[in-house]
Amino acid sequence: MRRTLKRYLAAFVAVVVAAIWAFPVYWMINSSFLTPLTISGLTPTFVPFGGTLQNYRDVTTETPFFEALTMSLMVVAVTLAICLAFATLAAFAISRFRFKGRKTFVLTVILVQMLPAEAMFIAQFQMISGLGLLNSLAGVSIIYIAMVVPFTVWMLRGFVTGVPIELEEAAMVDGCTRMQAFRRITFPLIAPGLVASGVFAFIQVWNEFALASVLLTDDDVQTLPLWLRDIAQQSNLGAPEWGQIMAGSVLVAVPVIIFFIIVQGRMAQGLVGGAVKG
Amino acid sequence: MSIVTPPELETDIPEPAPEPGSTKPPRTRPRARRLPYVLTLPAVAALVIGLAYPMGWQIFNSMREYGLAQQFGAEAPWVWFANYTTLLSDTLFWTIVVRSLVFMAATALATMTLGILLALLMKAAPTWSRLVLQSALLLAWAMPIVAQMTVFSWLIDPRNGVLNYLLSLLPGVDMIGHNWLAEPLSFFFVASAIITWASVPFVAISVYAALTQVSDEVLEAAQLDGANARQTLIYIIMPIIRPVLIILLLLQFIWDLRVYAQIQLLQDFGPKGDDYDLLGTYIYGLGIGQGQFGLAASAAMIVLLITLLVSGWYVRELLREDAR
Repeated sequence: MRRTLKRYLAAFVAVVVAAIWAFPVYWMINSSFLTPLTISGLTPTFVPFGGTLQNYRDVTTETPFFEALTMSLMVVAVTLAICLAFATLAAFAISRFRFKGRKTFVLTVILVQMLPAEAMFIAQFQMISGLGLLNSLAGVSIIYIAMVVPFTVWMLRGFVTGVPIELEEAAMVDGCTRMQAFRRITFPLIAPGLVASGVFAFIQVWNEFALASVLLTDDDVQTLPLWLRDIAQQSNLGAPEWGQIMAGSVLVAVPVIIFFIIVQGRMAQGLVGGAVKG
Repeated sequence: MSIVTPPELETDIPEPAPEPGSTKPPRTRPRARRLPYVLTLPAVAALVIGLAYPMGWQIFNSMREYGLAQQFGAEAPWVWFANYTTLLSDTLFWTIVVRSLVFMAATALATMTLGILLALLMKAAPTWSRLVLQSALLLAWAMPIVAQMTVFSWLIDPRNGVLNYLLSLLPGVDMIGHNWLAEPLSFFFVASAIITWASVPFVAISVYAALTQVSDEVLEAAQLDGANARQTLIYIIMPIIRPVLIILLLLQFIWDLRVYAQIQLLQDFGPKGDDYDLLGTYIYGLGIGQGQFGLAASAAMIVLLITLLVSGWYVRELLREDAR
């Protein structure tokens, strides 16, 4: 009896905590459908009955949303393509070969992920500026590739290790070279790993703010996070257009939330997996 | 939100023994020896260009006088450690270092405490309510930083924000018009609360995963020996999941030290100035804002040193876990 009561209590607390935690996200979506008049009222509107899509229309037409979306997609595409190619090769090397410097490379890959943007961005700004690549796709991509390669290598390494080396050896017995064996046998088998690490890289690059704010200062090369900051700042000069700002936030957040939910299982696992062994 | 990696640091790949009569090429062939280097070359090159070169620039120029004049081509004279001594004898710099460390510790501890409590709650709650809680946590976890900051700025908007409205519903409280970002202490409290909100999901879900791995036999044995729930938690469960907790705590330290984006964006909505800076925004102001690149480089080197100290500890914990 006391046990069931406790479980009911736990369920109740869990639901209340869930409501509190999800509230900001709900509030973002709710507010994005409210008219400026409703939103500036002193009493908040908790459910967007009779809502409007006007905020979405305004925020996409009155601001350079599509330019920012194009820029973000280009940065993501370039970074992902190059990062996945480089990382696959490196992951193959560290999980299939023993070579001098392998351990150093692996440790570097782990440590580099801990570097905060604030410890490097002045120097990265100087380098990109020296190359004349400020406000360019190439400049920001160079920095982003270095940012996402380490964890992609690390993640893919796990997937490559999961494919038994005997499969490759069998192919080599049949006359493949090492690289052919990798390309034809192992590479197709790590496709799920490529998708998962690609999604992680996507999320990182799509959300990145600190480096973008330093490397992309012109209005016409903004990525979406910079664009969102810009509309928030501009409308902040007068009375903030919260409806539009929330519509913009939804547009930036929704792709991430969708992708995130697809790969989250792997994420929690990847971060601490194996730390407790029975 | 940031992503790190699985801590199982496998040490060496067992070399498969050459089977008798196998046609496998011997590993000593020069081509095969070169192959791993050829394969890692592109990744190494990417890291050298994007990180190592700027790092070199930073070390180099943290020891030179590098201001706006140098940015436009003037000679940058060597000053060796003058930039460092300037910074280290500047009370503002020390204030900001201490403030950042206190902010880091407070936020990380709040995150860990709440995360562990929520994990225990998930363990105690029936499955359906656990799934509801997990979904809510995932939503918060998935929010991009910029969107987090816009949403919270709207929640705490002095006039129309829902927080002040709800607080004012309490009898005798009138918070309408209260600006949460005006006072530095309140500003950092808000920043810390937002970061905690965003980081608790990862901690809660990871600790919950660790809790589910504690075997039932151990818990039963504890019960048979007469341990109550509190004793079981403190003396049995906590020691078992301790390695996970330490790794999570160190990750929180590392992440809560790099909060440039959050602080910068919160300053957009509130006041600016030294009183509202942490290390990230301070370095940005020094370098990009005032063009004092030499000083900014040496400040960045100090941040790097702090990060490396914490990360070194983190990697050591990982390696120790691996050695078990």
